[in-house]
Amino acid sequence: MFKYLKQLTSLVAMVAVLFTFTTETMAAKKSKTLKNTIKKDFVRCGVSQGLPGFSNADAAGNWTGVDVDVCRAVAAAVLGDANKVKFTPLSAKERFTALTSGEIDILSRNTTWTLSRDADLGVTFVGVNFYDGQGFMVRKDSGITSTSQFKNGISACTNIGTTTELNMRDFFNSKGISYEPVAFEKADEVVAAYDSGRCDTYTTDKSGLAAQRTKMTNPDDHLVLPETISKEPLGPVVRQGDAVWEDIVRWSLNVMIEAEEYGISSANASMMKTSENPAIKRLVGTEGELGSYLGLDQDWSLNIITQVGNYGESYKRNIADTGILPDRGPNNIWTKGGLLYTPPAR
Amino acid sequence: MKIKKILPQLLTLLFIVLVFGFFTMNAQENMSTRGLEFGFGFLNTQASFDIQFSLIDYDGSHTYARAYLVGLLNTLLVAFIGIILATLLGAIVGIARLSPNYLIRKTASFYIEFFRNIPLLLQIFFWYFAALRALPMLEDAPMLLNSSFMTIKGLYAPSPIWINFDVFFTTIIIAMIVIFFFARYAKKKQEQEGKRLPVLIISLAIFTGLPLLTFLIGGVDLSWSFPVIRQMSASSYTFDGGLKIPPELIALTLALTLYTATFIAENVRAGIQGIGKGQKEAAASIGLTPSQVLKLVVMPQALRIIIPPTTNQYLNLTKNSSLAAAIAYPDLVLVFAGTAMMQTGRAIEIVGITMATYLTISLGISLLMNWYNKRIAIQEK
Repeated sequence: MFKYLKQLTSLVAMVAVLFTFTTETMAAKKSKTLKNTIKKDFVRCGVSQGLPGFSNADAAGNWTGVDVDVCRAVAAAVLGDANKVKFTPLSAKERFTALTSGEIDILSRNTTWTLSRDADLGVTFVGVNFYDGQGFMVRKDSGITSTSQFKNGISACTNIGTTTELNMRDFFNSKGISYEPVAFEKADEVVAAYDSGRCDTYTTDKSGLAAQRTKMTNPDDHLVLPETISKEPLGPVVRQGDAVWEDIVRWSLNVMIEAEEYGISSANASMMKTSENPAIKRLVGTEGELGSYLGLDQDWSLNIITQVGNYGESYKRNIADTGILPDRGPNNIWTKGGLLYTPPAR
Repeated sequence: MKIKKILPQLLTLLFIVLVFGFFTMNAQENMSTRGLEFGFGFLNTQASFDIQFSLIDYDGSHTYARAYLVGLLNTLLVAFIGIILATLLGAIVGIARLSPNYLIRKTASFYIEFFRNIPLLLQIFFWYFAALRALPMLEDAPMLLNSSFMTIKGLYAPSPIWINFDVFFTTIIIAMIVIFFFARYAKKKQEQEGKRLPVLIISLAIFTGLPLLTFLIGGVDLSWSFPVIRQMSASSYTFDGGLKIPPELIALTLALTLYTATFIAENVRAGIQGIGKGQKEAAASIGLTPSQVLKLVVMPQALRIIIPPTTNQYLNLTKNSSLAAAIAYPDLVLVFAGTAMMQTGRAIEIVGITMATYLTISLGISLLMNWYNKRIAIQEK
């Protein structure tokens, strides 16, 4: 009798195992990255080596910033916990190699979306989480208030491996100004060199200038010039060849933006479950089956909103309240005069 | 019996081939899933970025291949200057280490122990971010030697403007060839007739006399372009004209020289101490002066001990110059394995080229030093 019982239990176990395999959704099967992420139980995210407002670690090693929040949103959507992220700080030079070689699964590191990067590097840009443009910072006592006052022989500090290096050349060439490019590998070294007087100007994305200004010996001695010399749409990037993972990251970001559009925040998300508006109901998971299309739980979008918040909350927490760029400018919802416009989540 | 000898070697070879094959296949597969193609065609496309400091004509409209050349030359420049300065300093400190004078001896050993035991990267940071940052701004810089300025933005010195430089240069080469043959003739004469010609004085006369002559009759002329300060804005200045040596090059050369010279100094000391006391005493007893003892007896033998480990230091210095990336000196690693790799995304190709380049430079230095080592080695008769 017991002999049969033993066989029976093993049969039950086998059926159970088979059942779990079949319930694993089609999406998860198709996406190697999603499967690995669930298995590891954390999202592998590449960030900067320290850019306040975007990705910056405090003394205790807690990462904050709008770029960090994109990875946290993906972790909330996929694993149900926004803290299940492993952050890898990367230099501008290392970032794409780290992504294509599989060391990280999302690159969220104030990275400009350009044609050549999208088409030629083996990566895919999934959206824009910050609209930026390249600018210049100068010392106030130089009396310079506009780039039109730049003269031949100016020396400009910047980072290597960025679009900045290319834009800088385009800018100075078009103005016919001779300049000396001084390019460092790490942002902190650029700041130190400019701060000590090695360079007359420091050029990078304006948000970066505003953030790095806070690191100067005396921030009030420096001025970010009003001109913007380039378009820099910054956004998260994934490896090419995993369409499901690409969709998950894209829509995790879109949920944050659309949640703000419909006024859903981390504070009121659970109350919104009873809303009359079907668009809101879809976002908080009480209508439709959006999660299953992506191979995720029904609560994926609700988890993003309650744990990370909508885009506006993320911006306020990381960029406005820290005094980096209090004015949202183009980084506002399209209904409020900004550029943030997402396809509908339905 | 034979199989027993060959089999392990065959297995090792097979293993190496398999490992390489696996890595190649893996890379190919991963690249194709990401839509990447392997190829060197990118080298002929426009680089679109500027480089701060270049020995050849370069701007962003040139190709990546040209940018590679700029980086390579900058690496060779810093390695060349570094090797020469480190050798000179190393030789002096090495000899000072053996000085009978207490103060000189102790200063030399303090210098060696201090600089040898601090990581090179820290020293580079020290020179660049601490020492050179303390230099004055351009408008406050005092004039040195009535012509140059040492400032936070670098060293500004007069640059020579040549007329018919090629004539002058050719004459120098001719002078060197003449001196070479003259020295051989003088040596032969001394061996055959025992007569000593004043080789040094005559060589110097040829070396300075011939090129000077071109100024008088060859149409060669030299004038100087002096750096002149110009105000760019209320607080920033620049120099026009003259020659500019960037602070990145100065800091890197200083750090590499001071660090590597400590090791060379120890090699020199070991080489000199490796020569038996009896040799020196014997040389002195046949009436050679102390400088002749050093030149004719000690050094030829000491060099045999000094050269092989010093070759290693030359190689180290060259490879260490890649730390330049930390302080924005545009060497091969910063320009090619940095910016170019980033802009093209050709990680495998570019890292491959860079590795092959460093290997070639190192093997070149090795070959040269091995040839020299063989030349000065004891020739058994």
